[in-house]
Amino acid sequence: MANDAVDPARRRLLAGTAGALGGVGLAATAVPFVSSMQPSARTQAAGAPVEVDISKLGPGELMVVEWRRKPVWILRRTQEELDHLAEVPAGDLRDPESVESEQPAYAQNDVRSIKPEYLVLVGVCTHLGCSPKYRPEVGAPDLGADWKGGFLCPCHGGLYDLAGRVYKGVPPPLNLPVPPYKYLSDTRLLIGEDQETA
Amino acid sequence: MVNRTSGLARWIDERLPIFDWWDDHVGQYYAPKNFNFWYFFGSLALAVLVLQIVTGIFLTMHYKPSEDLAFASVEYIMRDVSWGWLIRYLHSTGASMFFVVVYLHMFRGIIYGSGKGPRELVWLFGMVIYVLLMAEAFMGYLLPWGQMSYWGAQVIISLFGAIPFIGDGLSLWIRGDFAVGDPTLNRFFALHVAAVPLLIIALVFFHIIALHETGSNNPDGIDIKKKKGPDGKPLDGIPFHPYYTVKDIWGLSVFAIIFAAIVFFVPEMWGKFLEPDNFKPADPMVTPPHIAPLWYFAPFYSILRAVPDKFLGVVAMGAAIFVLFLVPWLDRSPVRSIRYRGILNRIALVIFVVSFIALGYLGTQPPSDLYTLLARIFAVLYFLFFLTMPIYTRIDSTKPVPDRVTSK
Repeated sequence: MANDAVDPARRRLLAGTAGALGGVGLAATAVPFVSSMQPSARTQAAGAPVEVDISKLGPGELMVVEWRRKPVWILRRTQEELDHLAEVPAGDLRDPESVESEQPAYAQNDVRSIKPEYLVLVGVCTHLGCSPKYRPEVGAPDLGADWKGGFLCPCHGGLYDLAGRVYKGVPPPLNLPVPPYKYLSDTRLLIGEDQETA
Repeated sequence: MVNRTSGLARWIDERLPIFDWWDDHVGQYYAPKNFNFWYFFGSLALAVLVLQIVTGIFLTMHYKPSEDLAFASVEYIMRDVSWGWLIRYLHSTGASMFFVVVYLHMFRGIIYGSGKGPRELVWLFGMVIYVLLMAEAFMGYLLPWGQMSYWGAQVIISLFGAIPFIGDGLSLWIRGDFAVGDPTLNRFFALHVAAVPLLIIALVFFHIIALHETGSNNPDGIDIKKKKGPDGKPLDGIPFHPYYTVKDIWGLSVFAIIFAAIVFFVPEMWGKFLEPDNFKPADPMVTPPHIAPLWYFAPFYSILRAVPDKFLGVVAMGAAIFVLFLVPWLDRSPVRSIRYRGILNRIALVIFVVSFIALGYLGTQPPSDLYTLLARIFAVLYFLFFLTMPIYTRIDSTKPVPDRVTSK
């Protein structure tokens, strides 16, 4: 250096670049800390997809499996039940087309399932999270002669049809959610993982 | 004053100026001589903070932050730890009483215009402390791992899920699990006992230092530094010690009597401080029939529920808190204190107080059509108080502000 004079522009540049680089380093260092709060490997393993054997599920039977701390129902609907389901007037339902409700695209149809026979639902009432009861009896005395079979939530009287669609005039706002699932074979389901879009 | 010219005091003073600090902030800090009832709550908030830290430290000696052990460890503190019930009830009562004194402290700031220039930073630091306090209380309420702990956390964290695009990932990251679980409890414990208290202490420090830089406001909203005596001290000021230390100790004594009466006779406050459902262990498979927040969150919960859309409800709730930050700039009145403001300010203030209390009541009740309608009306009034503040504070009449503080 020819002289000892201070060059403020040079100082600003050096301080600025050093600060910027330090900032980048700090941000990079924050990544492991932020990531450490993500679900751990153990938590993810506990929330991994659940494989279910449905070969022993008889027509009209409901089985419950636990997935991510929630009860998941698998209902094998009979042809009669599917016929009753088709008879439910769309006007009686809050969200008949499942527009607002939560389900994978492949289950957004009239029967809310991949195969009409097998219905897979998260069995948690969309009102306040109670678990509804399976009530298949058509015209059950406590539910009225028009009852086509479905689910009743005992906590606040939420009513759903056999596709988990909520009726009007009861508290729950949405249909029961359908979890992601896929068929590994005709008798084996994997709950928690989407089927490949064909 | 301490004699600093010799001995130990001098030895220390030459190495660490603690006596200067004492003089700057206590011994020679001149506060307006007309402080009234409303000026108890700052020092009381500080006292409750100390109580919460001390009782909290002793609770952590026995508490276990684990899904399987948490509920039982709280019951263990209540039944088997010597005096554990007292320490726990001091802590749980302290949480609610913290909000009582903080709400009164904030109300004082609003009626006397304490946040107006030049004390905007004092107000902003105070607001950040308030938000941190809400986070602290929310996370602390999960720790007993009762039904209301669990489902309250489930509901509140799911609110973050309403944010478009990032919501689901964000709520998963906050919980560290697919539903509120052991990881959530463990991290809330860490944040509740270490991270948030450290931040609160730091901000209380800034809050007080910023206040002492500008000097305290007073019920007349008069700047006492404008009238100084020949000694350079404000004519309307008196040293904080002994005048206000004595006053605050008296206030603390009365407060402690009320506090002790609650701790010994109604620690649950008929379900308002400790909710009945929280005496049942958390059960992810069974939801309580009616999920209600504790009273100090109820006004904001009411606003959340009043909006039919989930995301917009979250936005409205956030806005209800955020708008408080803006009060120093929304208030355009030429005078600080309500004493010298006109009828419009007084009407607006009454509407605000009624709305806040009504929202608080509605937030703890199960929703019904009438209550939802009322919550909407009061939520609108709540926001109108703030949003029309620049108008009514400007056009309202004012009374002449005296030169010197008044005593009444």
